[in-house]
Amino acid sequence: MRLEYIGLSELSGSLIALQGVKDVAFDEMAEITLENGERRYGRVILLDGDKAVLQVFEGTKGISLENASTHFTGKPMDLALSTEMLGRVFDGVGRPIDGLGEIFPEERRNINGSAINPVSRKYPRSCIYTGISAIDGCATLIRGQKLPIFSGSGMKHNELAAQIVRQAKVPNQDGEFAIVFAAMGVKNDTADFFRRSFEEAGALSRVVMFLNLAADPIIERILTPRCALTAAEFLAFEHGYHVLVVLTDMTSYCEALREFSSSKGEIPSRKGFPAYLYSDLASLYERAGMIHGRPGSVTQVPVLTMPNDDITHPIPDLTGYITEGQVVLNRELDQKGIYPPISILPSLSRLMKDGVGKGFTREDHYDLSNQLFATYSKVQDARSLASVIGEDELSELDKRYLAFGDAFESKFINQNAADNRSIQETLDLGWKLLSMLPKGELDRIDAKTIEEHYRADAWKELFTPKKG
Amino acid sequence: MKQAQYTIHGINGPVVKVVGGRGLAMMDMVSVGDEGLIGEVVGVDLDAATVQVYEDTAGLKPGQPAAGLGAPMAITLGPGMLTNIFDGIARPLKVIEERSGPFIARGLNIPSLDQEKAWDVTIHVKEGDTLSPGALYASCPETPLILHRCLVPAGVSGRVTKAVPNGAYNVTEVLVELTDDRGRVHPLKLSQSWPIRTPRPMAERLPIDRPLVTGQRIIDTLFPIGKGGAAAIPGPFGAGKTMTQHQLAKWSDADIIVYLGCGERGNEMTQALEEFSELLDPKSQQPLLNRTILIANTSNMPVAAREASVYTGMTIAEYYRDMGYHVALMADSTSRWAEALREISGRLEEMPAEEGFPAYLASRLAEFYERAGYVRTLEGKEGSVTVIGAVSPQGGDFSEPVTQNTKRYVRTFWGLDRALAYARHFPSINWLTSYSEYADDLKPWYDAHVGSEFVACRFQLSQLLQKEAELMEIVKLIGADILPEDQKLIIETARLIRVGFLQQNAYHAVDTYVPLDKQLRMMQLILKLHSGAKEIVSRSIPLSQLKETGIFEELAKMKYEVPNDHQEKFDDYAKAIDEALRQVDEANR
Repeated sequence: MRLEYIGLSELSGSLIALQGVKDVAFDEMAEITLENGERRYGRVILLDGDKAVLQVFEGTKGISLENASTHFTGKPMDLALSTEMLGRVFDGVGRPIDGLGEIFPEERRNINGSAINPVSRKYPRSCIYTGISAIDGCATLIRGQKLPIFSGSGMKHNELAAQIVRQAKVPNQDGEFAIVFAAMGVKNDTADFFRRSFEEAGALSRVVMFLNLAADPIIERILTPRCALTAAEFLAFEHGYHVLVVLTDMTSYCEALREFSSSKGEIPSRKGFPAYLYSDLASLYERAGMIHGRPGSVTQVPVLTMPNDDITHPIPDLTGYITEGQVVLNRELDQKGIYPPISILPSLSRLMKDGVGKGFTREDHYDLSNQLFATYSKVQDARSLASVIGEDELSELDKRYLAFGDAFESKFINQNAADNRSIQETLDLGWKLLSMLPKGELDRIDAKTIEEHYRADAWKELFTPKKG
Repeated sequence: MKQAQYTIHGINGPVVKVVGGRGLAMMDMVSVGDEGLIGEVVGVDLDAATVQVYEDTAGLKPGQPAAGLGAPMAITLGPGMLTNIFDGIARPLKVIEERSGPFIARGLNIPSLDQEKAWDVTIHVKEGDTLSPGALYASCPETPLILHRCLVPAGVSGRVTKAVPNGAYNVTEVLVELTDDRGRVHPLKLSQSWPIRTPRPMAERLPIDRPLVTGQRIIDTLFPIGKGGAAAIPGPFGAGKTMTQHQLAKWSDADIIVYLGCGERGNEMTQALEEFSELLDPKSQQPLLNRTILIANTSNMPVAAREASVYTGMTIAEYYRDMGYHVALMADSTSRWAEALREISGRLEEMPAEEGFPAYLASRLAEFYERAGYVRTLEGKEGSVTVIGAVSPQGGDFSEPVTQNTKRYVRTFWGLDRALAYARHFPSINWLTSYSEYADDLKPWYDAHVGSEFVACRFQLSQLLQKEAELMEIVKLIGADILPEDQKLIIETARLIRVGFLQQNAYHAVDTYVPLDKQLRMMQLILKLHSGAKEIVSRSIPLSQLKETGIFEELAKMKYEVPNDHQEKFDDYAKAIDEALRQVDEANR
């Protein structure tokens, strides 16, 4: 027998309340049918005696206290899963929107997932080459890592994310690659840009897309990354795919969460975001990783736009505390025309130290990257001194640092969107640039490694005009 | 245990309302729902009690049963905790993995200790002995490093009326029975239970007079922490809090390390588990894991269990302290705990104070850090709990409530610095904002154990760094070239101190751990060069001449070149300094 509750007792924002319900579980899904036959979906978010409060995914527009009847499905929000999902496009809550019909599920899973037991995790060690010098050289992406891109409106984060997806490859490839792409509150053309980019790379058949575009309901936006990660976990841990998950834009997600929280009347915390923002973000980001005895992996590249380019804003701040590093884009570099405009100093990959070096990339990699960081940070000192006393007054050494800084930005960080540099090229490039400075300035590298790689004046090769 | 029956009335995330009686006391443990999820009473009013549940509450329904367990949240303590890894309420994660696979399921009611494993037990009492709290009645080797000593719990005393012979016993078997004055019999086993929010008693607090030697130069030299002290490591993300905590857990000279991953990353705990199993303790050549207990309540595990995890860690630390061990508790990160408090407080609809944190934040922090201390135990031995708490300030801003309130209750403050981390200067402890109030208390110890020069060298080092900071203000405006030679020397020496001494490479086999006597030699050499150079500069010889000899660069790299067990190599450096000074001297005759 199908039990329906007729009418509602309260409406507020995207929330509806029902009185007199029995046998309803926390987090259970419900179907709400309007008089005109329209069907919407909701989820139980609060129970108090015989009163239940539900969030309605599609919003409450057009619902009155009398025109809706509610049926509780008896199970939590789940997602139909199958390898058939590869190559398909879904909306924010996992319903197919590419007109190819429903998928035939192998399994249905609760989209909230459960925490990976820390003792079951396999510590990520194999790096992913992106062909981008600033990332490969200085903030290496590791399989099973969560490495967000911190950007700002108008910068080229989407291009960068797309380039990572196009070029990503693993040394000694084992198992197949798959991409799960979740768009949250992005514009239609951004989603289209990604789709075309996947198509050009011939990867469309390996991509699962979940699209919650800017005009789609915000309640669905809260579920979008959960659906995407459930699909990713399924492909990785049941079918052995190495899944790269791109989540864009996490800022829209957090704003949706804030909107939803305030409609529930919760006590706001920093900048009006709910107090549980950290736990909520963690429940997404921590779904990256590898598991002992399972072949696949889930690697996350979330993209977020920092409001007003402020890295201390709660969204980038809490993200940075959860993720294993970050790639930070910088507006000044962007304005100088440098692509990708990656600001090296605040960028970091926490897992890098265990995934590079002998046996992984090249023995000198870690020291070299440390030296580049240290040297580039001195460039900033020299620049700020130059801005006070003028470039002419600088010491010879400081002038060399200035020259290094400019060359590092234009030759190392800067590269073409189609340029796929090998790790050898990237590291050699780093050494060539360091030769602009006297040996004595290289204080992060031991004498033997310097001996091996440092060639005086090697930098001149970078500036000689190409022959022919 | 008598179980009173109640009924679930309402559910809001991890907060559940139960009705059906008035028997529930604050902080009592409650089993909630058909699956028996574990929770704790956080509020009681006339017709309902509020319970915070340590597991995901999806699927709970009003009308399902809830049972009061009649006692506050307690954990079982006993042999088998070392080398193990637990969640925030002391459930062993390895057993959870066996039961539910790689993803953590709910409602698993698993005892913390292996119930079957037999330990090689020595009984230290015989029938007729009179025992009071803290008396040793049994012991067993828990790991090759640690002897587990079972002591009569607080509040229990009497005459031994039964004692088993030495032999193999598991944690559930009764070893000794005590009969008190009133004729009540108290069975004593290898394990005992203790409520996590109650500090374990001790005989008295003793003054802190010896350092926790960490082998990290900037800590041991400039900002030492005493055994039984409390320290905070605040820093923005990426500044190296976890790295520093790992280094301390690996190399500090505590007997036992309790490493608490509170609301942090899963991969970090996996890494800690791997590294601690592989690395050997420099003193005993045993795997570090043999002296380590890990508690992992990662950021995506239930928030209420995260709140409890710091108390679980502290209770375990105190338990080993009571056996006469020096325990160090690394809590990474206390901010996640504070945020758990805030999150739960929000669900309880309490009035928020600063930044949305509950008004009782300061008193909770105080209660926690005050459980650190150097004590005489009930048994009469000396033991200590040292607490090192990482703080993750919002936006890296140290003026936020958790950092500020923590500062009031710790006496060592290692402030990590974003700019240093960006320049890959690690540990990125800023020598200008950090402090240690223990430095003076520990002077007699350093004088007696390392040499009286140590404290004098430290003083000169911090003087030089201080002066450099003042000079850098000027350099930023006019450049370094215009400074007089003696000031250039200060900048050069300070650079040597920063690069050659304060900076320490955790991944370098030699540099990762440095004993105190080696730290002293390094300081002495740096200061020797400084005073020699000062003399040269005072004769108006330009400093650049001395720099050209390369002696500054050479000293900067000595940290990598001199092994901990071949310190005679330092003599070569002393000679090299003399030689460089002589060269410059001769060239100017």
